[in-house]
Amino acid sequence: MKPNARWHNWKKPWEIIKMENLKYTNTGNKDTRSGFGEGMLELGRKNDKVVALCADLKGSLKLGAFAKEFPERFFQSGIAEANMISTGAGLSLNGMIPFVTTFAVFATGRVYDQIRQSVAYSKANVKICASHAGITLGEDGATHQILEDIGLMKMLPDMTVINTCDFNQTKAATIAIADYRGPVYLRFGRPSVPNFTPADQKFEIGKAIKIREGSDVSIFATGHMVWEALMAAEDLEKKGISAEVIDIHTIKPLDERAVLESVAKTKAVITAEEHFVAGGMGEEIASLLAMNNPAPMEFVAINNKFGQSGRPEELMKAYGLDSEHISQAAEKVIRRKK
Amino acid sequence: MQDIKELERTASQIRRDIIRMVTSAQSGHPGGSLSSTDILTALFFSEMKHSPEHWSRDGKNNDMFFLSCGHITPLFYSVMARSGYFPAKELGTFRKLGSRLQGHPSIRKGLPGIYEASGSLGQGLSVAAGAALGKRLAGDPNRVYVLLGDGESEEGQVWEAAEFCAHHKINNLIAITDRNRQQIDGTTEDVLGPNNLEKKWKAFGWNTIAADGHKFEAILAAFEQAKDLEKKEEKPVMIIMNTIMGKGVDFMEDTCAWHGKAPKPDEAERALAQLEETLGDY
Repeated sequence: MKPNARWHNWKKPWEIIKMENLKYTNTGNKDTRSGFGEGMLELGRKNDKVVALCADLKGSLKLGAFAKEFPERFFQSGIAEANMISTGAGLSLNGMIPFVTTFAVFATGRVYDQIRQSVAYSKANVKICASHAGITLGEDGATHQILEDIGLMKMLPDMTVINTCDFNQTKAATIAIADYRGPVYLRFGRPSVPNFTPADQKFEIGKAIKIREGSDVSIFATGHMVWEALMAAEDLEKKGISAEVIDIHTIKPLDERAVLESVAKTKAVITAEEHFVAGGMGEEIASLLAMNNPAPMEFVAINNKFGQSGRPEELMKAYGLDSEHISQAAEKVIRRKK
Repeated sequence: MQDIKELERTASQIRRDIIRMVTSAQSGHPGGSLSSTDILTALFFSEMKHSPEHWSRDGKNNDMFFLSCGHITPLFYSVMARSGYFPAKELGTFRKLGSRLQGHPSIRKGLPGIYEASGSLGQGLSVAAGAALGKRLAGDPNRVYVLLGDGESEEGQVWEAAEFCAHHKINNLIAITDRNRQQIDGTTEDVLGPNNLEKKWKAFGWNTIAADGHKFEAILAAFEQAKDLEKKEEKPVMIIMNTIMGKGVDFMEDTCAWHGKAPKPDEAERALAQLEETLGDY
């Protein structure tokens, strides 16, 4: 029987990209935004249609090298994000591939109407690339720590929503989205975090990656939480619990088969994301499961409160977004299994 | 390219189309459509280099037009149909279920001539700026035109775009403001003065031209002057077209009352009696 699909992404033959035979080791901490910057430089060299726009944050977005090498394809847009989004839409019309870039808080909430009309409704081939997403933006505090951007973006018809987990994956995703025709929201972060996915990976939009095989509980994680999920799985193994970890780098379209197959086996679900529960990946997975195969579920995410100033790792702990909280949630959800 | 006499005849038919479309749909925006009629008639039937029968969304080798004040679709659809983008009889489907002629311009229904959606105000100049930069990068010598409303220019994004165009020396774009002095709640000065549009655009680094937006000689001369200015200086040009809201229908003129209201059948009859049928009603 065909499952109740939310995003109808069932065209490709079923295959989760399995990488469980690889040993995931941190090859050294790096920031995801530098992966974006390197990806842009590589893209700029191989595709002269790629242009970049930035709202006075060239350094933060690691676009200095791109702007230096391709000054005619870099458009400084100033602190005027609404104009930048719509300008990107205009640039896309005659075949350019515009990457519009700023902090996630300004790339989504501040310009929602521009994205809605000029980009999503107009099916403009614009790549909205947002750094400093989530609580790990850190010391600048709640004004800048957007935790609802995934929700805002995934509500828009035809918008693809991607949240990458490390430097290598961010670089690969940056390069991959240039070849996809349509609006994309690519979300990444500010701090240095473990870089553990392969440097030579091929990024496939909409394909979940099973990074650890397990049988007692499925942990679906996105962004910075993927590494935390892996750490939690190692901790759980010591307690005799076998956790499966799946990297959901593409939240929309969600890899529904990957979710359903894993949950059919484990019958217990954890979702982990640096986002509000409301509008997040967890809700997406919950609604899919509710329509197909309900299972006990726990959400590792921030529930209905704003962030505050602090160091990224302190905030992750304080707001329950670390491996320890994932482990606790896993033990709880397994107890709830009938 | 039409001469002045032909343009006047075309504009009269377009004004008839506007009244008939809005009346048939019993919704839509006649006031601003009528004030901008002569401007868009001049653009579509004389000024712009475009190929309606072979339109494609990339706008290659064509001048491109963007309607920023997306609510004046009765006018936009009529000039498109009458210049050959689609059959005029389709105007009768305006705002009806399943129509390609959505209340505000949409690219999702396959209607040729629309590059981007508009309706939420203030975004069109930014989009046009991007298209102009795209033409510059692609080495396409054609121009981009964009029409804004004067009420619309209360939107902050318009001024972000103004700064952006001047900074990037965009001189393959001609912007036009329909200065009809009316918006939904009253005159532009009553709602959010002091306006001063010409001074503002100059202050933002633009060249400006003021013209009578109901005299074809003046409208076409303004376009020529704009192109000359852009050849001489690396600066964008804003043409402020002074117009009358509801122009051509006496009881709709110079009032905000008909911004977004459809005439009743007897009112439509009175309106149509003032507008000569020159090209045949759809």
